[in-house]
Amino acid sequence: MDLKTLKYDAIIVGGGGAGLRAALQLSKSGKKVAVVSKVFPTRSHTVAAQGGINAALGNRDGEDDWRYHMYDTVMGADFLGDQDAIEYMCQHAPATVLELEHMGMPFTRDENGKIYQRAFGGQTREYGKKNVHRTCAAADRTGHALLHTLYQQNVKAKSHFFSEWYALDLVKSETGGVSGVIVECIETGELNFLQSKAVILATGGAGQIYKTTTNAYTCTGDGLGMVLRAGFPIQDMEMWQIHPTGIYGVGSLISEGTRGEGAYLINSEGERYMERYSPNKKDLDCRDVVSRCSIQEIQEGRGCGPNKDYVLLRLDHLPKEVIEKRLPGITELARTFAGVDPEKEPIPVIPTAHYMMGGIPTNKYGQALTTDKNGNDVIIDGLYAAGECACVSVHGANRLGANSLLDIVVFGRASGMHLEEDLKDGKPFSKPSEEDIGRCLSRYERWMSSTDQSGSEPFAEVRSDMQQIMMDYFGVFRDGKGMQEAMDKLLAIRPRVQKAYLGDKSKTFNTSLVEALELDNMIEVAIATAYSALYREESRGAHSRIDFTERDDKKFLHHSLYFIDGRLEKREINMKPELVEPFELREREH
Amino acid sequence: MSKKVISVQRFNPETDKKPYMQEYQIDTNDFHGTMLLDALEHIKTMDQTLTFRRSCGEGVCGSDGVNINGKNGLACITDLRKLPKTIKVRPLPAFPIVRDLVVDMEQFYSHYESVEPYLQNDDEPATERIQSIDERAKLDGLYECILCACCTTSCPSFWWNPDKFLGPAALLWAYRFVADSRDTATEKRLDQLEDLFKLFRCRTIMNCADVCPKGLNPTQAIGHLRDEMIDRAI
Ligand SMILES: Cc1cc2nc3c(=O)[nH]c(=O)nc-3n(C[C@H](O)[C@H](O)[C@H](O)COP(=O)(O)OP(=O)(O)OC[C@H]3O[C@@H](n4cnc5c(N)ncnc54)[C@H](O)[C@@H]3O)c2cc1C
Ligand code: SF4
Ligand code: SF4
Ligand code: FES
Repeated sequence: MDLKTLKYDAIIVGGGGAGLRAALQLSKSGKKVAVVSKVFPTRSHTVAAQGGINAALGNRDGEDDWRYHMYDTVMGADFLGDQDAIEYMCQHAPATVLELEHMGMPFTRDENGKIYQRAFGGQTREYGKKNVHRTCAAADRTGHALLHTLYQQNVKAKSHFFSEWYALDLVKSETGGVSGVIVECIETGELNFLQSKAVILATGGAGQIYKTTTNAYTCTGDGLGMVLRAGFPIQDMEMWQIHPTGIYGVGSLISEGTRGEGAYLINSEGERYMERYSPNKKDLDCRDVVSRCSIQEIQEGRGCGPNKDYVLLRLDHLPKEVIEKRLPGITELARTFAGVDPEKEPIPVIPTAHYMMGGIPTNKYGQALTTDKNGNDVIIDGLYAAGECACVSVHGANRLGANSLLDIVVFGRASGMHLEEDLKDGKPFSKPSEEDIGRCLSRYERWMSSTDQSGSEPFAEVRSDMQQIMMDYFGVFRDGKGMQEAMDKLLAIRPRVQKAYLGDKSKTFNTSLVEALELDNMIEVAIATAYSALYREESRGAHSRIDFTERDDKKFLHHSLYFIDGRLEKREINMKPELVEPFELREREH
Repeated sequence: MSKKVISVQRFNPETDKKPYMQEYQIDTNDFHGTMLLDALEHIKTMDQTLTFRRSCGEGVCGSDGVNINGKNGLACITDLRKLPKTIKVRPLPAFPIVRDLVVDMEQFYSHYESVEPYLQNDDEPATERIQSIDERAKLDGLYECILCACCTTSCPSFWWNPDKFLGPAALLWAYRFVADSRDTATEKRLDQLEDLFKLFRCRTIMNCADVCPKGLNPTQAIGHLRDEMIDRAI
């Protein structure tokens, strides 16, 4: 196969918030940099983020402090987060948000003309004592405002884009690092090897492994698949955030910002049940907590509707102006997808797969990690990861709302800065392994030569079976027996993926080929989730087991690392922030 | 409703000389969801060669602008229940067709980039730039654009002069920055539009505002740009 090689100082895979922030950093450095994105950058999933981005600006409450934000994040993460990374993120949050404002991001404003901040789940002041308004918002279209602003800045900086190009796999170097990436131009079908001194993966989440999800069709965990196939681990894959308020039957998200503005959940009896479960934080308790309560209400027969299988989100008591000015986007979604007018009727909602806390392990500079024989961290030469595909880990076992937009910008920037320094210091190209290029191309060849014989199925059928299993067994509550069954089923699906066929062999804009390649990634992410979830015999954050209902710090206060051969390793949690005393283990408060 | 006929314009440059319509009979009970995109996804599980763009599935990313029974819109928020039994789906008009419903948007993006769609202001204050609620309100109805191109490809002035007339979306973005109290480049922005075509080819036909899936009104934005230019001419 003819394979054109192009050389770049740095390649960024992903044009969402993380990728674009990294690109901006590097474009300004005068180095030869390119961004590869399978969709036009402003179509990346960041565009769908609604509620806001956290920063302790204190615009509304007079005083706020990044240390309080850090405390909330550590607690929200149920102690599975790395405290050095959380410290870095929270400390840099105010400057990050102000920088976005300077770039032109159209934040909503308060009476003083400053950035408007709203309440969000799990956010407090004075270490849990008072409520706080910390979430900076552009109405309920914060992600759109953020992504477009970052794209605009990249237009200004004349960043180079490979738009609608699909990254297949990382090419390893002869010394075990990363030498570049194999990409396909979706429009023409042409394959290229982009050789680069470093690759930053910013490929976003993988919510599509679940049947119903708030995530876009394009959230298929591609970066994770690439890393696993290159022989590197992924971390904390059991930790999936199931958001309390996805629109029933559809999955579209109704932002937590809605509850931040005063909406609340009710059951079939009209009871505001979160007051019972969580007397202080109520509807603004952490997402894992609220989702569990909703499921419990449904399981105990207090669900709404003919099948008693959802709950209701009420906001008809809010002033019309609040709904119109601050929640226009969710109003549109509720009308279109639930057929209800939220100014008059409650919205039917259900906990829905939303966010991947796990991902590619990195340090706080975005450098991707693996381990040596003794289990020590080893930096992978030439590989960075940032955004939802990375696990740095600031979200631990449960992400706080509005911390992800922050994460993607802070660590997109940090990885860009770190790589910029490395390039300045003369980081060289590494020598790509010919053999590994062959490995990367073989997956493409497998699909393009797949045939419709007996025993093979269209890939979409296999995908749908996988999504159903994930939905049935890896939701809000999990149990060992069910997960073991699910694991067996997933392991049986893996060979079906290998045999599945692609019914379109065209070169021109072959979206079925892209979907088939994505399925290779999704099944590996699903299997990683199953292995990690079975391994963690405790309940922590979003991982809630009915057979192990307590958090078990003696046995499980560590990250889980998963390798593609099914191997699991422990990795220590960082408890060493630089500027403050570490937050010591304790129970979460509600 | 349960049975529908979806007639899709097909074209694969590798095998077809010219585009043709292909009919798919569907039963809406056979798949989940009620939107046109759900139907296209369903058809794609049976005919993998059917090609279209999509990402968010909820009307916020701008990927799936198509022409539905003669009117541009987003497949993902077009409710099948509100459409007649037979639905004709074609690619957005006026752009070169890449394959089936996928068009080449190069021209659209280059017009967008030509208006320098980024805030210009060299100050670096220590805190945020102050903007009053009223000043910020001027950006509503502008910043929400998702670059779907439904408007520009429905604009007759753009059809006639696609290379010279910037089209409603790019002009909406031009005004989004003129309207921003934080932007200091208004004069330059208006200078760049002083040309017989770029802006002034708009004939106020309103197709653009009529089709915008986000309820935005490019005609009005273009009107504001004109007013600004007239104001400074006096
Ligand atoms: C509905 C919704 C609302 C949310 N609201 C909020 C919120 O209010 N606040 C908050 O903090 N967080 C929110 N989140 C979470 C947050 O939006 C995401 O975690 C975040 O935007 C992810 O950004 P990213 O840059 O990592 O990835 P994405 O924005 O998903 O970008 C991924 C990029 O990678 C590219 N890519 C992927 N695979 C490949 C490949 N193989 N080849 C080439 N390119 C590839 C894609 O094209 C895309 O450009 C929300 C999430 C959802 C789903
Ligand atoms: S109002 Fe102007 S821009 Fe809009 S469709 Fe008509 S001519 Fe085109
Ligand atoms: S103005 Fe409306 S129709 Fe035009 S590109 Fe923007 S969102 Fe689409
Ligand atoms: S798929 Fe995003 S707008 Fe329709």
